[in-house]
Amino acid sequence: MAYNTSPDEKATPPGIDARGPRVGAGITALLLAVVILLGQSTAALVLLAVVAASFAVGAVLGTERTWQSWVYRVAVRPRLGPATEREDPRPPRFAQSVGLVITGAGVALGVAGVAVAVPITAAIALVAAVLNAAFGLCLGCEMYLLLKRLAPEHRQGR
Amino acid sequence: MIERVVVLLAVLAVSAVLGLWWQRRQGAVRTRHHHNPADDDGFDWLAHGVNLGAHRTFVQFSSAVCSPCRQTARVLTELASARPDVTHRELDVDDHHELVRDFGVLRTPTVLVLDATGHELARMSGAVDRAHALQALAAAPNAGDPQATEHTTTRSH
Repeated sequence: MAYNTSPDEKATPPGIDARGPRVGAGITALLLAVVILLGQSTAALVLLAVVAASFAVGAVLGTERTWQSWVYRVAVRPRLGPATEREDPRPPRFAQSVGLVITGAGVALGVAGVAVAVPITAAIALVAAVLNAAFGLCLGCEMYLLLKRLAPEHRQGR
Repeated sequence: MIERVVVLLAVLAVSAVLGLWWQRRQGAVRTRHHHNPADDDGFDWLAHGVNLGAHRTFVQFSSAVCSPCRQTARVLTELASARPDVTHRELDVDDHHELVRDFGVLRTPTVLVLDATGHELARMSGAVDRAHALQALAAAPNAGDPQATEHTTTRSH
């Protein structure tokens, strides 16, 4: 009975420690807060680029391979008990790519001379990171279906 | 510098308000307020892989990028296996575009609560815990009655 209800038999990858991505989001949030405090300076642009690069690693290789995850494993996990909850690695990975799009846009605009885009995109990414770290809310994941439904190829329906 | 600190605090405040609002809405049972194909008798749920339970059916819309979907599936599967008259079926939104559109599903997980004839009685969206699921099972059959909605509409004309 239990197995009747699995979602259309798609292979589910082995779960990862659900606390890892949340701690990682907390570290990212801290960096983004510093970006906002640095305003429209070059330092802010450089730090935002570092955050964007971290998102790129997470989006391509998965959250387990980011340096934030390494910090979690080395500094945080030893103080906690073993993982009580494991989660599918795909949602946090998708969230990383959403983060990459937002911060990547900020870096691109910043390099192009639109300095104000740096704190603005940092603020947007910060909201998402805080929601993830403090509430376990994956904003990108919540919007996945909405974005898909707005995509033109589904407008006509099938 | 002061204004940057103010901006930062404002961003954090917005995050906190959004987070609390989102948390409160998780899994809340809502009775239906818009029309869908299952309002008509004999909507073919079986064609979509859904076997109707003798009492209630949970149809859960999930996606691969959704952690609360797993938790919700665990809760509902457990409930369904404990009650022979309740079934649970999980559908991937990427494989059921038509249902997603026709039933106005905007986020995952969204769980439709169907009666024995396949009419939607209520729905929940966001992570569903056991208390919400039990509350949904107890949803009164008339709460989402399409007739009731129609009467109101006719009167207002």
